[in-house]
Amino acid sequence: MTEQTIDKATLSETPAPVIHVSPSPHLADQSLTTQRIMLDVVIGLIPVVAMALFVFRLYAVKQLAISIVSCLVAEALFAKMRGRELPLKDCSALVTGIILALSLPGPAPWYVGVIASFVAIGIGKAIFGGIGMNIFNPAMVGRAFVMIAFASALAASGYQDVNSSVDAVTQATPLDTFKQTGAVAPLSALFLGLTNGSLGETSALACLIGGIYLCIRRSASWEIPAGVISAALVLGGIANLADMDSGWTVLHHLFGGSLLFGAFFIATDPCSSPLTPRGKFIFGLGVGGFVMLLRLFSGYPAGVMFAVLLMNSLTPLINRWTIPRPLGAQ
Amino acid sequence: MAATQTKTVTNGTFAHGVHPPEHKEFSEDRPIEVMPSPVKVMLPLLQHVGAPSVPVVKAKDAVAAGDMISKGGAFVSAPLHAPIAGKVLKTAVSTLPNARHVQVVPIKADGEQLEGQALFDDVLGGEWSYEGIAQRDPQEITDAIAAAGIVGLGGAAFPTHVKYTRNDEKPVDTVLINGCECEPFLTPDYRVMLEAPRAVVAGSLLVGRAAGAKTIIIGVENNKPRAVEALREAAAGTGIQIAVLKTKYPQGSEKQLITAVLKRATPLGGLPLDVGVAVSNVGTAAAIARAVLRGKPLTHRVVSVTGAGIREPKNLLVPIGISYRELIDFCGGLKPEAARIVSGGPMMGFAFANLDAPITKGTSGITVLTDADVRKAEETACIRCGRCVDACPMGLVPTKIALAARAKDVDLAQRYHIMGCFECGCCTFTCPASIPLVQLVRTGKAQVIASQRQ
Ligand code: SF4
Ligand code: SF4
Repeated sequence: MTEQTIDKATLSETPAPVIHVSPSPHLADQSLTTQRIMLDVVIGLIPVVAMALFVFRLYAVKQLAISIVSCLVAEALFAKMRGRELPLKDCSALVTGIILALSLPGPAPWYVGVIASFVAIGIGKAIFGGIGMNIFNPAMVGRAFVMIAFASALAASGYQDVNSSVDAVTQATPLDTFKQTGAVAPLSALFLGLTNGSLGETSALACLIGGIYLCIRRSASWEIPAGVISAALVLGGIANLADMDSGWTVLHHLFGGSLLFGAFFIATDPCSSPLTPRGKFIFGLGVGGFVMLLRLFSGYPAGVMFAVLLMNSLTPLINRWTIPRPLGAQ
Repeated sequence: MAATQTKTVTNGTFAHGVHPPEHKEFSEDRPIEVMPSPVKVMLPLLQHVGAPSVPVVKAKDAVAAGDMISKGGAFVSAPLHAPIAGKVLKTAVSTLPNARHVQVVPIKADGEQLEGQALFDDVLGGEWSYEGIAQRDPQEITDAIAAAGIVGLGGAAFPTHVKYTRNDEKPVDTVLINGCECEPFLTPDYRVMLEAPRAVVAGSLLVGRAAGAKTIIIGVENNKPRAVEALREAAAGTGIQIAVLKTKYPQGSEKQLITAVLKRATPLGGLPLDVGVAVSNVGTAAAIARAVLRGKPLTHRVVSVTGAGIREPKNLLVPIGISYRELIDFCGGLKPEAARIVSGGPMMGFAFANLDAPITKGTSGITVLTDADVRKAEETACIRCGRCVDACPMGLVPTKIALAARAKDVDLAQRYHIMGCFECGCCTFTCPASIPLVQLVRTGKAQVIASQRQ
């Protein structure tokens, strides 16, 4: 950009304006910045966080505090190591921290959150070169690491603490109960979120409210949750038809576990999902499909995490398949 | 002319695009004012697409208003005419806002000039009769257009006669007259449609006749209901259709207009002619009417001087070759908060600082932006959100093209159809990371062209 002061002859009074010359376009949508998108995600997460605090009380406070602080510290630390300016103002580390906390079980020990945060920011993001360069969803990278390192704390049993004073935590998770005993949780409890599970995943209602806000603001691409939900409906419907009397219906599949939380808040991370609307829908279908397969055929409790990481790895390929046809191309 | 009723197509549009703030409020209600005759004009020999024109006068020659100054240098070229009476000075060089250095023929005013209302009546006002247009010889119409030096007044400045010369291999079945004016701020076309709708309709009928088109459609965005009304009245009984289109940027781009009105896709890298269409701007249509019906060359045009950085925004009828500085001064000068002066509109116009440059046939306006308009967040990393993909009216993937340009990867850029970009600016406008995508595409195009030369 070059600057030049126009001589005063053209002006009826001083001071002479400084005129900038720069390439077109000369307007930008000022309401639309990366920071604003990340802030929207935080706003969209408010109902989910509120519900987690309501159901899990101190467990939620503890995990959120640990993950958020650890993610921010990790972000600052890695930025410093790479000699970058402090990038905290794009809020992305805050988002990673909240999502990570919400994807952990309440009773998980404190060091799980700390280690997951450092892995999320360090390996999930920083080593790829920071925001925008990462291939995998950082929060899910951190989650996967602790899942393997502290298998017992994050296995189905890690969600349960029978001596807890918080009701939800004394129960096994609805999906696990169903696997073990065939008992079906009431749909209303799944919808409102009064069941055990990872902190943010239990309330379908909260996820829908926050998620729809994100889609309306276009801070998340609606094609991704649409894909996830479509796949869940189709596969869940087939499973439902195949086993009519199990009582675990399509809606249980939809509202149970972390499907909706994953659909609206995890799979929609822009950096690690495809670019085109068609690609985004395919990505969503893939996530939803894998979640359902893991649910139906394995007892593993963290289907969304694996589904998202798997589809993240396919994203470059999906991008290549879905190059749009330009206007007027043959 | 067949006395069919004026038909109206409504709500046509195209895929993708953006909604920048319209900001027509600065100048839309200012009637066209006639600029006082200047003491000097400078006529660039190249102010159109194609070959430069060749001077037919020499220094110290006396010329009358309308006299030819230079003749077309090739088939794709256009002659120039004196907008004022005066004396030719020595050829000089000037830098236009698009950063091109061009030869200019200066003329110093001398003698009596046509001014004020008389000038307005001569260019746009007075009676416009449609009688006999249907019987005119098509070739005579195109010859008159060529002789008058008419080029596209919407900004592209492509010589108009080239589009309407009959071509048996690619016949034109539809003529589209473009009254969209989708660039924010600018209002010259709007004022012409309001104040001289019959000139626009007469010009449309003439080019329709020249091209042998069965259908003539004038396209206007739905944010200009008064213009639609005026055109509808002027076109009653002529068979011309008015298409009211959704307001979206860049609706006024040729290919997007053709998609919106006719649902035809112009081939990538092709021309409207490939799908049987010719497109001209409403201002061009008015200039054509003047050239053919009144025998007058293109010497004046309507220019908007607008934006929050100018004291008194106006629409002006100005002689081609007058300086930007005189127009800005006539509009009260710049405000202290003026930050950028753009030739044209803010999406595709050129920012410049040489106020002594002359207005050319393609100059539709001067937009003076303020700090608040151009303030832009710092460039950050691409978050691969795909918003640029959602915005691109050509269906491209701007972020990948930008990546290819940064990596100087010509093959990758071409795989992503870099040459299909027409630099509308939608992608940069929308990018949340403030990446200068269009600028990178321009760089990439230069790389492609350089690699093809080798
Ligand atoms: S809009 Fe900007 S940030 Fe988003 S994908 Fe395109 S270039 Fe990247
Ligand atoms: S890539 Fe080109 S055509 Fe597409 S939005 Fe950007 S400037 Fe416009």
